[in-house]
Amino acid sequence: MGSEAAAEERTVGVVLVSHSRALAAAALEMARQMAGTGAVRIETAAGVSGPDGADLLGTDASAIAEAMQRADDGAGVVVLTDLGSALLSAGLALDLLPDGLRDRVVVSPGPFVEGLMIAAIAAGTGAPLASVAEQAGAALLMKQSGA
Amino acid sequence: MATQTAGSAEPGEGSVDAAALTEWLRAVAASIAEHATELTDLDAAIGDADHGSNLDRGMSALVGVLDESHPETGDSTVDALLKSAAMTLISTVGGASGALYGTLFLRMAAAAGPVNALDAKGFAAALRAGVDGVVARGKAELQDKTMLDALIPACDALDAALAAGGSLADGLQAAAAAAAAGRDATVPLVARKGRASYLGERSAGHQDPGATSATLIVEAAAATLGGPPSAGPGGG
Repeated sequence: MGSEAAAEERTVGVVLVSHSRALAAAALEMARQMAGTGAVRIETAAGVSGPDGADLLGTDASAIAEAMQRADDGAGVVVLTDLGSALLSAGLALDLLPDGLRDRVVVSPGPFVEGLMIAAIAAGTGAPLASVAEQAGAALLMKQSGA
Repeated sequence: MATQTAGSAEPGEGSVDAAALTEWLRAVAASIAEHATELTDLDAAIGDADHGSNLDRGMSALVGVLDESHPETGDSTVDALLKSAAMTLISTVGGASGALYGTLFLRMAAAAGPVNALDAKGFAAALRAGVDGVVARGKAELQDKTMLDALIPACDALDAALAAGGSLADGLQAAAAAAAAGRDATVPLVARKGRASYLGERSAGHQDPGATSATLIVEAAAATLGGPPSAGPGGG
């Protein structure tokens, strides 16, 4: 954790991990429009490239690790995944990070879209990593209760 | 600079160096390519019909890296070669198998360390570390109908053969047989992990594609590492 004074100037970043580049881009667009998150760093790591440059469905842990590094300004990163191997690859990406960063990246169990919206809004308020992660993770509960 | 640690060995008969590992990885790529349609067909029954094509794409990319870097002719350390293989698979396979096999090779690299070659026990320890990494990453257990149903029995058989005084070749023959038996035993299982688990009871009656590809990897090790078996009727 950084000093309190420095932490005030930083915002938690968000990484979106999806099998599909189109899905990640659309979710990002929704967040920009609905959550008003211009100041929050939201990075995407989605899809894989085929040998001929084709856009394929899949996740790439090294691309996710790079997105985590781009999203971090020292305040930490919350990661939202779509499903299946996105979670596996996000976990592997943590292994690929430098030691200092790994401790401030949280792979959230929150739902992809709702978790993103809530994480982006919370990060925009300057909330610390633990709070942003907790709110993103609780996004599923809000949906279950009909909120 | 390479260092000598427990489990490391001078390159030579029965030791696993960069040249031997390269031969193994090329054999894996050839076997996956040969069985790509079968793997995808198995995956079509209980998964998303991409296991063979995903792995084939990743292994083809790995062969391209090996063709360019020629680790078998240089002084590549065991961990550098295995890490390079892991990173290539991670970036090109795309599905869960990319993250899981990437983890297998990454953890093998970390366990092996910057040595020029591994002896039999060193290779077995690296493989065990890799498989433990897959367990931790996938949070799966035996009989969840995954690649671990082949990999864990293979590690157990390799360790048992070496403990009984067998050579690496003997141990890998036993490991390949154990992996194949574990693969076959996935047929009646209900999947508890991955895409197949969405099917619940309907996943029973199908051989697991991950256990099938894992068996190909162990069989390729038996065909390429450790030299000829010291005794017995040999593999088939």
